Amino acid sequence: MGALFRSEELCLVQIFLQSGSAYNCVSELGELGVVEFRDLNPHVNSFQRKFVNEVRRCEEMEKTFSDPVPSAPQPRDLLAIEEESERLATELKQVCVHSELALVNTICGNCRRKAQQVIFVYSWIFCGPSFFVAGVVHPWKVPAFERLLWRACRGYFIIEFQEMEKNPNVLETSDMTQWTVFLISFWGKTIGQKVKKICDCFHANTFFYPENTEERQELQKGLQSRIEDITQVLFQTESYLQQLLCRCVSILPQWKVCVMKCKAVHSILNMCSASVTDKCLIAEAWCPVRKLLLLQSALTEGTRRSGSIVDSFYNRLPLSSSSSPPTLFTTNSFTAVFQSLVDAYGVAKYGEVNPAAYTIVTFPFLFAVMFGDVGHGLLMVIAALWMILQNKDNKNTHFKNEMWRTVLAGRYLILSMGLFSVYTGAIYNHCFSRTLSIFPSSWHLRPMNWSDDTLRGSRFLCLDPNTTGVFRGPYPLGIDPIWHLASNHLTFLNSYKMKMSIIIGVLHMTFGICISYFNYSHSQQWFHVLLVLIPELLFMLGLFGYLVFLIIYKWLAFGPGQSDRAPSILLHFINMVLFTDNKETPPLYPGQVTHLQSVLMVVVLTSVPVLLLGRPIYLYYHHTRHQNMYLLNSLEHHSIRKQLEFDAVEVFMHQAIHTMEYCLGCISNTASYLRLWALSLAHAQLSDVLWMMVMRTSLSSRGMLGSVVLAGFFSFFALLTVSILLVMEGLSASLHTLRLHWVEFQSKFYSGTGYKFSPFSFTSITNPL
Amino acid sequence: MADLSFVISMSVMTLFWGIVGGVVPWFIPKGPNRGVIVTMLVLTAVCCYLFWLIAILAQLNPLFGPSLSTDVILYLRYHWP
Repeated sequence: MGALFRSEELCLVQIFLQSGSAYNCVSELGELGVVEFRDLNPHVNSFQRKFVNEVRRCEEMEKTFSDPVPSAPQPRDLLAIEEESERLATELKQVCVHSELALVNTICGNCRRKAQQVIFVYSWIFCGPSFFVAGVVHPWKVPAFERLLWRACRGYFIIEFQEMEKNPNVLETSDMTQWTVFLISFWGKTIGQKVKKICDCFHANTFFYPENTEERQELQKGLQSRIEDITQVLFQTESYLQQLLCRCVSILPQWKVCVMKCKAVHSILNMCSASVTDKCLIAEAWCPVRKLLLLQSALTEGTRRSGSIVDSFYNRLPLSSSSSPPTLFTTNSFTAVFQSLVDAYGVAKYGEVNPAAYTIVTFPFLFAVMFGDVGHGLLMVIAALWMILQNKDNKNTHFKNEMWRTVLAGRYLILSMGLFSVYTGAIYNHCFSRTLSIFPSSWHLRPMNWSDDTLRGSRFLCLDPNTTGVFRGPYPLGIDPIWHLASNHLTFLNSYKMKMSIIIGVLHMTFGICISYFNYSHSQQWFHVLLVLIPELLFMLGLFGYLVFLIIYKWLAFGPGQSDRAPSILLHFINMVLFTDNKETPPLYPGQVTHLQSVLMVVVLTSVPVLLLGRPIYLYYHHTRHQNMYLLNSLEHHSIRKQLEFDAVEVFMHQAIHTMEYCLGCISNTASYLRLWALSLAHAQLSDVLWMMVMRTSLSSRGMLGSVVLAGFFSFFALLTVSILLVMEGLSASLHTLRLHWVEFQSKFYSGTGYKFSPFSFTSITNPL
Repeated sequence: MADLSFVISMSVMTLFWGIVGGVVPWFIPKGPNRGVIVTMLVLTAVCCYLFWLIAILAQLNPLFGPSLSTDVILYLRYHWP
């Protein structure tokens, strides 16, 4: 059949990698993404593995790349990447140091300049020989500094402060704070010593200050030129830093990818075991059978790239019963969403039938049974088509929102749900809760011959199908439009929808039971077909298949002529199960109670013990027969006998639980399908109420004002339709459909105990989306 | 008269879904997706046909008729044939 019916055939291969070309071969396999490696050293600590140093180096490099301004890692000469990154890092560091120095020098220069400006003021005031001390101090120390100086020198000094403009920071390492320039002029040498001591105390940097004006001017000129030079150097350093960082940015993503790939390859090499001669590594991997040639070509390519002469090759191993292969389903963008629905419950075991192949149709169909409205279905189809077209143009880069991406991923699901909803809506005859009369209605009023007095006399009159000409055959497509106008439409619709739910449910579950036949035939368990499948089928069909038969028989056989004696199916069903015979309920057909029903009940009741005991007894018999055989050649088969150890109690218990679960589950699951009726009723009523309350009141307003009112009401109607009926009801119906699939359908045949095939591929590592 | 319309509608629908589920699968070109497409067609045909069939069988022999209010009766007398 197709690729979706069962898992793809996988085989276990043993790959012999020559030591020289091992790295290249594994990287080729990673580019291809075909095999899944098995860990051959599971009990070895990750610190004791063979290639732990390489992995560690790669991780260190990754850490370097994550820091935007690296702080010079200790280089180990492994790859060109390391050298390059080291070179770049050291260059950056030198640039930092230089710029730091340049900045400090600029500060000093600026300070001195400021000081010069201050002096010009004082040189006019003082005439005597004065000494000067110039320096810089932190601004927050200024008040304490000044106070201490005042107290120490008893006021025989003049101090002037000037703030400096803030310099822009380049690096966080240099401590750039604001400095305040001060200039102290005093008389006398002792005061000078005190001042110097206090300056040292406050960690103020002092500068040399010349006495006379010419020297000061010379100094100032020199400082000015130095400041210009240093600013120039700073500027060039910054532009160089910019260049360096630009180069880094352009190369950094590539380096990151390279290092990730290297690390991945080394972790795979860690999983291999070394051969006896230590010349080659042995790896075990799962590979799809149809990709084996691709595997060989990858190995030869890797060997060629590493320049080695000896080829790496693979050897196919037989599958042992202890390890089961992973499950692989090749899906395209359409089937992927349905496969993910099934995988969310559990990944299929290898060799098991995949329910996703059937979910593609049954999921939207059951959703549509609960949703059933042409108008809402059309809106869903339009929304889905828009999403599909959006996705075709720009591939999933447009929307970053997580929830929106989930909805986009399910665009094909929404499309099929919408299409099926249009169909079921046509059958239910619902279009935004209005009925469509495509064909003329089958119920006719005139043959009833009601007079005007009768009409005036009573509020409600019932059309009688017994009168000729009133009812002319069933409506060709779906539900007759007259039912929507009737006051007792729910009586009819409820009966119809409940019976429809039971029929669909029983058929769905029987389909699920029949699928388990394919599981048994695949694993060659023919006796299980006889001992498990047949009793299950008999139980289900004997009870609920017969119920479906009763429903259809009553529809066909009982008409308006017998409406006074039409029996209740439910009462008959209960009487059948309880083996009672109520004389007041007439039989549906002659011979019902005595013959057919009793036979059915006997069959059903005998199938239960067969289901309960059949399989365990068969397995027990099988085991003892094999044991007797092995007892004859007892010497060689001790180990095999251990494998065949048979826990009888466990098998019997397991089968008992399965039987109880199945039998009780049949009843509860059949009733569970009544949610199809419940939700479709809820949806129909909700849309009806919305129409009645919102649109009908607005459509009855007239005139110019009426049109404005209508526009307003319609927007309100549209908003409520989308938010409540489409989004809320859609989500609710999807959830119920999902539950019906997971519990009622899949419990009949699906175990879901496998694990997914996750091949070693670089694309999954570099783009973890 | 009534039987004729029933027979026509029954045969048309049966034929249509029979073609979709029984004939079209033979014309699907061979490819990796053939199995999936055939399954989809057959299942769609079965589900949709069954759904329509249940609807028409439920209305074949009605045990009671609709109960209309007098306003509706007056409206329908003059607007429906």
